[in-house]
Amino acid sequence: MKMLVPIKRVLDYNVKPRIKADGAGVELTNVKMSMNPFDEIAVEEAIRLKEKGLATEVVVVSVGEVKAQETLRTALAMGADRAILVTSDRKVEPLGVAKVLRAIVDEEQPQLVILGKQAIDDDNSQTGQMLAGLLGWGQATSASHVELAGDCVTVTREIDGGLETDRYCLPAIITADLRLNEPRYASLPNIMKAKSKPLAQRSADDFGLDLSPRLETLRVVEPPARASGVKVADVDELVMKLHAMGVAK
Amino acid sequence: MKTLVWVEHDGNSVKDATLSAVTAASKLGDVHLLLVGQDVQGVAQEAAGIFGVDKVHMADDAAYAHQLVENVAPLVVQLMASHDAFVAPATTGGKAIAPRVAALLDVMQISDILSVEAQDTFTRPIYAGNAIATVRSSDVKKVVTVRTTAFEKAPREGGSGAVEAVPTSGDKGLSSFIGQEIAASNRPELTSARVIVAGGRALGSGEKFAELIEPLADRLGAGVGASRAAVDAGYVPNDSQVGQTGKIVAPEVYVAVGISGAIQHLAGMKDSKIIVAINKDEDAPIFQVADLGLVGDLFEIVPELTRKL
Repeated sequence: MKMLVPIKRVLDYNVKPRIKADGAGVELTNVKMSMNPFDEIAVEEAIRLKEKGLATEVVVVSVGEVKAQETLRTALAMGADRAILVTSDRKVEPLGVAKVLRAIVDEEQPQLVILGKQAIDDDNSQTGQMLAGLLGWGQATSASHVELAGDCVTVTREIDGGLETDRYCLPAIITADLRLNEPRYASLPNIMKAKSKPLAQRSADDFGLDLSPRLETLRVVEPPARASGVKVADVDELVMKLHAMGVAK
Repeated sequence: MKTLVWVEHDGNSVKDATLSAVTAASKLGDVHLLLVGQDVQGVAQEAAGIFGVDKVHMADDAAYAHQLVENVAPLVVQLMASHDAFVAPATTGGKAIAPRVAALLDVMQISDILSVEAQDTFTRPIYAGNAIATVRSSDVKKVVTVRTTAFEKAPREGGSGAVEAVPTSGDKGLSSFIGQEIAASNRPELTSARVIVAGGRALGSGEKFAELIEPLADRLGAGVGASRAAVDAGYVPNDSQVGQTGKIVAPEVYVAVGISGAIQHLAGMKDSKIIVAINKDEDAPIFQVADLGLVGDLFEIVPELTRKL
């Protein structure tokens, strides 16, 4: 059984985003870029399913600029078998990414597509659900546990008040949440080995899909700043201030 | 413009998140609700009474008992033939259904809106709320999810919408419900709590978290939250997580205990009215947003605070 894991190259988790002077977006030149953390969890889950003998091949795919090669190499170093890079000079929105992924699913015929539940740059949380809709597949969002058996996958999902477990027929989509697993670090030998794993490069234009953006970003601004308050000396002063604010009576 | 608002409910009553989505939708046009479930006539009556609601489309069917999105999405798509915007609260339920509907309508969704600037223009947070983008949609139909803390709750009374049963589209056979584990707790739910006490990694263990945070929360009648680090460390379940990848909250009072204030955490709570921070590191970023800060050892401060409040 083949698994497809779409991944995204984003501003590193630890870098504080800086807004461009012209308000056109967030500065992405000369800053550290990494794999979206939820996508790392998705890659890890796919590799674990393969290691358990439940899957045969892990294919990673990214839609974006040429530099996303580095991100795909990271996934290969973690243990993915091969990579597909779909390049595009302009930004492709989740709807467009989902359309490209559907085309790749048609070619590759995976039984499972595992994605991160959200990318930490645009915070859209859409691609997995959109792909599931386009394919007419089941979608297990925010997965915290995955059990694959026969032609079904049973997924425990994070929901607002706790957990929900649902069963899906294969093929299906899973989006990975925080607690699904802890992604491994690639070892040096595996990083070296990843350099010779296959990475196919294609252009988004070649798919003949309408990928034109539907949303126009008019401006990007800083959120309103919050004035910092006061430090109190001790618990007594804190209690007094809280009482004065009517917090506890 | 005619909107269709996704009703979040628990089978007995309409959840507060719905009320915020109604307020957002009313800025776009007429408010129709979509209520999906099994044996939900009572909830439908309640929903029809929400201020500003013109109509409730009720889909009552065994196939919708657990609101599995695979079964629900085709129904929404069908109803969207006669509506201009699908509006869902950005809850785990809303976030699951809306993009699937958007893709089926060939619409690019606008996620987590903070404001409605015009019928086609919205603001939304990106990069964990470190930037606010104003976006304009060129799609004819709109699909949006709503950050519930950014919109007032519509009053539960004063509406007189008609309830209309809609033909259901049945079980698509893609998914089935196995079970739910909803944390049984007398505490208020995080997203609607007036006061939240949240703990971070500095608590050191799940035992200490329970021993220090819970009595303080009890004293304040508060919900219990946590930083991602505390969830990662296994001190508390993930549904307590506040932040970019957890819940977005804006209570009257937010007490952050042993939370340094990583941008991802601040993204989830910085709209709280009063923020209180207790941390041993006086340079912790949490103090930059706190109205009241106390520097010191939380293991001494928190029990003393609980006693003296």
